[in-house]
Amino acid sequence: MPALTLDGVTKTFTMHLQGGIRLPVVSGVSFAVNAGACAVLGGPSGIGKSSILKMIFGNYRCDAGRILVHADDEAIDVATAQPRRILALRNRAISYVSQFLRAVPRVAAIDVVAEPLVATGTKPDAARERAAALLTVLNIPKPLWGLPPATFSGGEQQRINIARGFLPERPILLLDEPTASLDATNRAVVGALIAEKKKRGTAIVAIAHDEDVRNAIADEIVDVGRFAAK
Amino acid sequence: MTAAESPLLAARGLFKRFGARAACHDVSLDIHEGEVLAIVGESGSGKTTLLRLLSAQTEPDAGTVLYRMRDGVTRDLVTLGEAERRFLFRTDWGYVHQDASLGLRMGVSAGANVGERMMAVGARHYGQIRETATGWLARVEIDQDRIDDTPRTYSGGMRQRLQIARNLVTKPRLVFMDEPTGGLDVSVQARLLDLMRGLVSELGLAAIVVTHDLGVARLLSQRIAVMKEGRVIETGLTDQVLDDPREPYTQLLVSSILPP
Repeated sequence: MPALTLDGVTKTFTMHLQGGIRLPVVSGVSFAVNAGACAVLGGPSGIGKSSILKMIFGNYRCDAGRILVHADDEAIDVATAQPRRILALRNRAISYVSQFLRAVPRVAAIDVVAEPLVATGTKPDAARERAAALLTVLNIPKPLWGLPPATFSGGEQQRINIARGFLPERPILLLDEPTASLDATNRAVVGALIAEKKKRGTAIVAIAHDEDVRNAIADEIVDVGRFAAK
Repeated sequence: MTAAESPLLAARGLFKRFGARAACHDVSLDIHEGEVLAIVGESGSGKTTLLRLLSAQTEPDAGTVLYRMRDGVTRDLVTLGEAERRFLFRTDWGYVHQDASLGLRMGVSAGANVGERMMAVGARHYGQIRETATGWLARVEIDQDRIDDTPRTYSGGMRQRLQIARNLVTKPRLVFMDEPTGGLDVSVQARLLDLMRGLVSELGLAAIVVTHDLGVARLLSQRIAVMKEGRVIETGLTDQVLDDPREPYTQLLVSSILPP
């Protein structure tokens, strides 16, 4: 039984400020991901892989098709769900590691990581403790934990972002180039974290250009080129 | 619908004209407990008028504003009497003005500004009032040794934090904010935003925040309504509307942000 099903997902941007130019992104995207499996979106840059992840998370709108999240006993269609339903899904069903960390001013790295847990009712101290454990695994030096990540290096920011996305246990995990700015050691750490998530039954949709990472995590490659908009 | 599903406040078909100008044209929106809604748009788009309509400070030409009171009964704010409205403002609501001097009593001490709100809902024990007021001033990062000073002696950012403490001390369920960070330095803004984010999630408040600053909307709100010429032209999840704006006017707003 799939945890996530995409069926005929279609997206076009209309740029009103550029004379209403229409930029078709993808058309008819259809695939499903089972619990404990990882689908890697394949294809060259600019083909719409990130847009697909963003539509699943409800960050981009979907013009046509269905994005069914099978949570508890019901299937919720992200493409048509009310904002409140999507927020609820993000709180209990979907975790998303975006390509770049959007840092909030003044918030310490450890709190950035702990926030999704606190938002769903974990006590701040307990959440911070779990965040600390994950930051240790990801080799973030302890002196950085109390600092806002805005000034961190690219690789450090990416690991903060990964920690934030991996900390809550959600049935669906979306990963946008999680290892792009990491060295070999940390790439291996993230690979191991992904393998653990799969073992615990998380359904994963990932974008990974790095061949080693892709081969290590993918159960299926979804060729996004098949869904190029005409 | 269960209490958790039905909105705390629901506006339907609000209209308001000032002379020939439509300040609010057929606006409907909902707000639920624990949710922050941002109302964005340029100056003159009708944001503040809408906030005043929602908070029953301005009477609409048409439309209703339904509010679920603490006793679970839903009332139309338009038909509430003056005394009932004032009671709501004292007990269930907060209103944070852009100009803190409108929301504070400038001639009395900071402690009294906070204590006064508590007394309005029945607190009488001086020691307790003082203790709670001190606690709240600490939460909004105002030094203890400034508690007996009047807000006249405070900086803009401190006044704004004091105004927030005064509003939240009575544990309102709904807070209206009109450009809460307007006119403050960016560093002061960041501190205030951080504070508001924390308090809103910690207290599970519902809040309606009017701002022309899309960055403030992104940081504080989960949902957003974009206004233009008195109409709500686009609504949705805040990150969705800002990252994938659909309407020409929203695209213009989003593309007009200067990167730092």
